Amino acid sequence: MAIGLGHYLTVAAILFTLGVLGIFLNRKNVIVILMSVELILLAVNINLVAFSTHIGDLKGQVFALFVLTVAAAEAAIGLAILVVYFRNRGTIAVEDINRMKG
Amino acid sequence: MDATAFPALAPALPEIILAVGALALVLVGAVMGDRSTRLVNALALALLAAAGVAVTIAPDAVTFSGGFVLDGFARFMKIVALIGAFAALLLSFDYMERLKFARFEYAILVVLATLGMMLMISAHDLIALYLGLELQSLALYVIAAINRDDVRSTEAGLKYFVLGALSSGMLLYGASLVYGSTGAVGFADIAEALKSGEASLGLIFGVVFLISGFAFKVSAVPFHMWTPDVYEGAPTPITAFFASATKVAAMAMFVRVIMEAFPSVTTEWRQVVVFVALASMALGSFAAIGQTNLKRLMAYSSIGHMGYALVGLAAGTPEGVRGVMIYLAIYVAMTLGAFACIVSMRLKDGSYVESISDLAGLSRAKPAMAFVLAMILFSLAGIPPLAGFFAKFYVFYAAVNAGLYPLAIAGFVLSVVGAFYYLRIVKIIYFDEPTVAFEPMTLGARAVLTVAGGFTLLYFVYPGPLTAAASAAARSLF
Repeated sequence: MAIGLGHYLTVAAILFTLGVLGIFLNRKNVIVILMSVELILLAVNINLVAFSTHIGDLKGQVFALFVLTVAAAEAAIGLAILVVYFRNRGTIAVEDINRMKG
Repeated sequence: MDATAFPALAPALPEIILAVGALALVLVGAVMGDRSTRLVNALALALLAAAGVAVTIAPDAVTFSGGFVLDGFARFMKIVALIGAFAALLLSFDYMERLKFARFEYAILVVLATLGMMLMISAHDLIALYLGLELQSLALYVIAAINRDDVRSTEAGLKYFVLGALSSGMLLYGASLVYGSTGAVGFADIAEALKSGEASLGLIFGVVFLISGFAFKVSAVPFHMWTPDVYEGAPTPITAFFASATKVAAMAMFVRVIMEAFPSVTTEWRQVVVFVALASMALGSFAAIGQTNLKRLMAYSSIGHMGYALVGLAAGTPEGVRGVMIYLAIYVAMTLGAFACIVSMRLKDGSYVESISDLAGLSRAKPAMAFVLAMILFSLAGIPPLAGFFAKFYVFYAAVNAGLYPLAIAGFVLSVVGAFYYLRIVKIIYFDEPTVAFEPMTLGARAVLTVAGGFTLLYFVYPGPLTAAASAAARSLF
């Protein structure tokens, strides 16, 4: 069986869904949310690279490189905010992030 | 076009000023330390003003291999966003000094976030759009949590980060699907590719994901849940920044992508935008009724107002876009005025209050501020002849002309419901017994309130220039 565009897109779709579910269903730890965000971005990258090869156009790969770079910056800022939050509350459990009810 | 040729830089002059200026300010701050806070603040204001001047003189063009565009629409939105950023900075300084978290980084982050907004407004392909959006968002996450010893501020930063990252992910996923089904990232190229043939399923999914991402950024229902918490937790002047400049940039990006890249799939995106607009107007009207915290109330108010602005986008005509632009300009003025009052609710001991009941009896203690605040609240409710009425008038007019009667009627009814909670605050200001006494307003807050209140009150006397500017600018998108 040849691996085609459809397979790559399916993997990306599964990863994306896992990422979104990880953000909404996770009741434990904010770190898991950060990991889920990374999953989403990687799913996007798989999509972009798969489409790029399929169409025979380089823009998708350029896009993927930018996404990787921004993802690194995003993780750094997310962890920094998390550290500041932990210093104030002494916990990073998701269910404790409830000082404001919304 | 030769990809190795050096791009024309002149259209990006305001962005270049902000980028180079922000880096220079980092240097000033790093060399002088925290003593430099006031100097950096003043220089940041000067930078924003300089960028505003540059926006008016930079030439219209598409540059950077089609990734960046300066046109009438971008110019209008950039000026409004810059005004929002400038006013939010003016409101910040005294607040941060009194609560003892004044740092030079703050002003620099605001400049960087503004730079990101300008890039979003001018983005002409999906890559540039994403980079501008992230530059803005990453700076905003940090300034939401800038009061790092305060639990509420850091919690706001954390929530904003998690949901903002999720929304960027959805937007990106949509972008990847759009790229896959059209083979293009430039808005003009996408529109060109879509001219022929049916819209594929992948494209529809892509557009829906893109719109979800935008809806997150403009805090429209059903992606609004972060707004009340972030608005309540973030320091008040920063909330003013979120509610004004950020909304303008996000809405500008929304309008540009929809209008420039997807004019040939109007029936598909219109259903989604109509639903989002209706739901936002309804939630903004009903959920705000039970609020006791002014900042939370402003959050619901902003959700509702974004719903009204989206009515103009749903029309999808030059008139509709003009309506969105006028709406945003007037909304920014009203919001900044309201926040100038909220920032001024400070007590003798240096603390701040932000619940609605603390406004009781303001009319006796501070008749001028009470009057202007009441007028701004009437305007937010959309009562003629104040500016807020005209804002709603233009979007509903466009919706009716585009044949969207149910949407316009629902919007009208919901704005009557929404008027209730604004009028309740006016009643508290004028008829309740005073409980606390506020300090006099700072110079910055007074300046912002005067300009915003004056604009709101007197817009109807001379509406021509804004309307004409918005009409001309809206045509540049078609």
